[in-house]
Amino acid sequence: MVQLIVFLPLIAAIIAGLFGRWIGKTAAKLITTGSLFAGAAVSWPILLSFITGDYQGGFVEHVMPWINSGDLKVEWALRVDALTAVMLVVVTTVSSLVHLYSWGYMEEDPGQPRFFAYLSLFSFAMLMLVTADSLVQMFFGWEGVGLASYLLIGFWYHKPSANAAALKAFVVNRVGDFGFSLGIFGTFLVFGTVSIPEILDAAPGMSGSTIGFAGMRVDTMTLLCILLFIGAMGKSAQLGLHTWLPDAMEGPTPVSALIHAATMVTAGVFMVCRLSPMFETSEFALNVVTYVGAATAIFAATVGTAQNDIKRVVAYSTCSQLGYMFFAAGVGAYDAAMFHLFTHAFFKALLFLGSGSVIHAMHHEQDMRFYGGLRKQIPFTFWVMLIGTLAITGVGIAGVAGFAGFWSKDAILEAAYANGSTAGGIAFFLGALAALLTSFYSWRLLFLTFFGKPRWAGSEHIQHAVHGHHEMPDEEHGDSAHHAVAAPVGTAGYHPHESPWTMLLPIGLLAVGAVLAGQLFHGVFLESPAFWNGSIAFNEHLAEEMHHVPMWVKLTATFVMLVGLALAWNNYVRRPEAAGAFVRQFPGLHAFVLNKWYFDELYDLVFVRPAMWLGRFFWKRGDEQTVDRFGPHGAAYAVGVGNRVTAALQSGYLYSYAFVMLLGLIGAASWAIWWAR
Amino acid sequence: MMGLPILSILILLPLVAGIICLFVGAKAARWIALLATLACLEIAVDLWLLYNPEGPQWQFVENLSLSGGVAWSLGIDGIALVLIALTAFLMPICIGASWRSIDKRVPEYMAYFLVMEALMFGVFAAQDLFLFYIFFEGGLIPMYLIIGIWGGAERIKASYKFFLYTLLGSVLMLIAMIYMVLEAGTTSIPALMAHDFPAGVQTWLWLAFFASFAVKMPMWPVHTWLPDAHVQAPTAGSVILAGVLLKMGGYGFIRFSLPMFPEGSAQFLPLVFVLSGIAVVYTSLVALAQQDMKKLIAYSSVAHMAFVTFGLFAFNRQGIEGAMIVMLSHGLVSGALFLCVGVIYDRLHTREIAHYGGLSNNMPGYALLFMLFTMASVGLPGTSGFVGEFLSLVGTYEMSSWAAIVATTGIILGAAYMLYLYWRICFGAARTEGAAQMVDLSAREWWLLAPIAAVVLWMGVYPESFLRPIRADVGRLIERVERARPAGDADVTAGKSQAAAHGVTETHGAPAPEAGH
Repeated sequence: MVQLIVFLPLIAAIIAGLFGRWIGKTAAKLITTGSLFAGAAVSWPILLSFITGDYQGGFVEHVMPWINSGDLKVEWALRVDALTAVMLVVVTTVSSLVHLYSWGYMEEDPGQPRFFAYLSLFSFAMLMLVTADSLVQMFFGWEGVGLASYLLIGFWYHKPSANAAALKAFVVNRVGDFGFSLGIFGTFLVFGTVSIPEILDAAPGMSGSTIGFAGMRVDTMTLLCILLFIGAMGKSAQLGLHTWLPDAMEGPTPVSALIHAATMVTAGVFMVCRLSPMFETSEFALNVVTYVGAATAIFAATVGTAQNDIKRVVAYSTCSQLGYMFFAAGVGAYDAAMFHLFTHAFFKALLFLGSGSVIHAMHHEQDMRFYGGLRKQIPFTFWVMLIGTLAITGVGIAGVAGFAGFWSKDAILEAAYANGSTAGGIAFFLGALAALLTSFYSWRLLFLTFFGKPRWAGSEHIQHAVHGHHEMPDEEHGDSAHHAVAAPVGTAGYHPHESPWTMLLPIGLLAVGAVLAGQLFHGVFLESPAFWNGSIAFNEHLAEEMHHVPMWVKLTATFVMLVGLALAWNNYVRRPEAAGAFVRQFPGLHAFVLNKWYFDELYDLVFVRPAMWLGRFFWKRGDEQTVDRFGPHGAAYAVGVGNRVTAALQSGYLYSYAFVMLLGLIGAASWAIWWAR
Repeated sequence: MMGLPILSILILLPLVAGIICLFVGAKAARWIALLATLACLEIAVDLWLLYNPEGPQWQFVENLSLSGGVAWSLGIDGIALVLIALTAFLMPICIGASWRSIDKRVPEYMAYFLVMEALMFGVFAAQDLFLFYIFFEGGLIPMYLIIGIWGGAERIKASYKFFLYTLLGSVLMLIAMIYMVLEAGTTSIPALMAHDFPAGVQTWLWLAFFASFAVKMPMWPVHTWLPDAHVQAPTAGSVILAGVLLKMGGYGFIRFSLPMFPEGSAQFLPLVFVLSGIAVVYTSLVALAQQDMKKLIAYSSVAHMAFVTFGLFAFNRQGIEGAMIVMLSHGLVSGALFLCVGVIYDRLHTREIAHYGGLSNNMPGYALLFMLFTMASVGLPGTSGFVGEFLSLVGTYEMSSWAAIVATTGIILGAAYMLYLYWRICFGAARTEGAAQMVDLSAREWWLLAPIAAVVLWMGVYPESFLRPIRADVGRLIERVERARPAGDADVTAGKSQAAAHGVTETHGAPAPEAGH
């Protein structure tokens, strides 16, 4: 059964990718979409069986051996336990809905078989990742999703910005893989195995030991966990290695929803949870995870408040929410981290696909400054986006009812507080602040898009649509630099249209998830060690402590959510000119946040330019002017025949020289044999 | 092993076919070359099937004493077997790649290729020291001529550089060989592999062999002949140069330096690691700055071969097996990449990256295969590149965490230069009129590239097929070098809990090097 879930998408991808031109786009779309719906249909019963306790410890399906070198034994195997079951459901559900959505969204694109093949290939790699029984197979899935992400970000390969974004995503992820790889090497050195269950069993025994690393002596488990965590930081776009994620929005919107919101970027969180017994052996590593997560949560939230591109707002929001998951894991609440991963998949995919629907309606315009008043025009999209916003900002009444994000985000903040450590306290504080900003930018997005008066007249895309200019139908425009800052009010005679049912149905289903996922599953995820059954390090003490946090802690999330809502309402609905006034008052702060804290500029200065400069330097100065000059060219001059030899060679006595070489060889060999006798 | 002298047939068949080629027309020469190389491939497949991985170390042994001290003694172990198979696999592809693009002096060209094939089989099969030397150095002559006659505009300079570099190394190696024969009293390679030279002598012998093998690898800083040779060589020449000739250096280390001079190898391990580390970073950065497709791939070869030297001198199973897989994988992948360059060079007659772009539009099949080989070069899991790189880095880490850190930066830089290349060739818009007009792969080109793609994936998904033949021989090699193995720097010291760690018992039980001081 598990083989079916994992390998059907691979087969579908191969058929659609290699034979798409012959079988036609409809067949390619049917096969790929069908394979994922079949996977989802099998995955849900598996998760339910784990919840009811039918599956208990889980199982491993052996496929075949892979690498076998001495003690290093790796096999292709599919491991299913409660943690995997959760991921199977997330991946297959979101992926199948995104496949369906793409029927509508990519309708006019000429490269549809290729697109669907990539989507299915991604799903396969992601499923291999979550079912991995060894670190090496996890790395296989890890790189596989990276490849699919690279291909999909650069799907519209005629756009230079898309190619640049794809390259950046791959290379920045490789920086993370650098750490992941070293982590695997080190783990094998220490434990003599790469099998995850065996490592987790042996990990507690190694706590307190030290290891040599690059001339230093460090704590073994701290070193291994931090190296592996660097990999997680790359894939999950944590502060420092986050720069690729916003650029990845160059890909089609369904891709952003599937890969860069719901599944691939959560792989890092999954990894930390999967290896949680290992991380538990190093307090230092856990503190690093907590601080990095909390810093990312707050950093990305600040940047999100200033972006104008609707997809970039959602992208930074994703980055920030991933930070929550990490600091949850860092304080030991792996269950809460996984729970947030689960609920986030629904509401963030919803927000992305909803944004896609808005972009679709607004003729590829992505700049929110040219939206406004869309509530009446595309009501379905408005209502589901409202649900998504209620879910991400965490609306609910403690202990009674709430949207998905309410349950999981509350749990994370409570866990951070209940942890009692300094790191936990700082994470709680930053997390609460980030929650305020989350509420602000989410409502800002909603108000700018759906409320107020239409400001469509200023948009070039709308102008084109109205005046009948035809654009590339397959293009999204992320770059809004060419627009004026103040958009004039007016519709320019444009009539936005609601998306087709293939797009609305998936959004509707995700909206159901965004409403119910928290309500239905919080008991299972947060209170049930029996459900997890050892697949994560479930901290029962912490789970108990979370019930006893002070009332003000429980209410913090709701309070900051209301403050954020009030600020957004004041600035974008009540007094729409207030935002502009704020920007004029603090231009430096605004520019700093708008330009994402200048990370891209810094990296360009510190890494990209020096690398290119060094490359040219080594080539011209090193190879040509040093090695060659003192090597072959110098040798010729040294014996005083340089010019003559080269001249003679250049006159073409090639055969003579070959003949001399042959004679020389025979002579040398004879001489040697004579000597040796 | 009695019966058919299968190795002699393997060597003589292409040699005879090559001589016949000289006396026929262009068309017949092409067909003779193709059939002869396919026959060799068939023999190599038979060898593979007949080879018994659990059997004795040397199989298919032949021994014929010639007058004058040279013995025609042949025999292979698993390591030689897989390299012979690699050579036999690439040769028909090279002939196919030259089918149309070579149109002057075809019979000679085919003859040189066939002679080269024979000599390379000889290198891997020779069991006599001087026989090996003749094959080893003789193989350069046809390559020298192929570059010098059928090469690009700067071919003379390139062949001169190629010649000068390799000459220097071979002279030193020959002197060392004479000394060894005088000292040990035998020219038999298997006997020499078991002979213990005094540690002080090993230092000098190791250095003399190193001079030759480091040039062949090539290692930094004696690599500068390679980019020029590749750029000037015709496509098939580049394929063989990258695919097989570079492997002779690695084979030399495995066959001579490590088993014959274990103490010398341990003594110079820091030197090898430093040079390899520099090679990874330096040549990757240089590759990033290239504007010429072939030069870029040539520089990437130097970086990849550094993974081989890292793995070999890690003195452990993962490292050496990884180095072998990197050699095989690099032979296939960089061969395929040079073929990919050849495909578009044949159409537009320029190697300048800036003249291409947007090939995904008009050459989707090409873009797909090129992407596959790019990913294999980058070391994506599921391709052969990953298995080799991963194992050799695992091994390297066991020996030195410093070396592993430096070597692993290669996976970042490798992705950067290869994907940057792919972007400029296949994505974006065509930058010249000609690039936009190029047609997709012909049936002949599919036949050249698809088999390599299949093997690359096979080696990536089920490398056991390729690890099995070499397993026992790597084991013997490790047994041989065990006594000299230095301790790794990543030793685990247990803290409060006394769990037995793998690293403590397995890797660090070996004594420190006693050699050469």
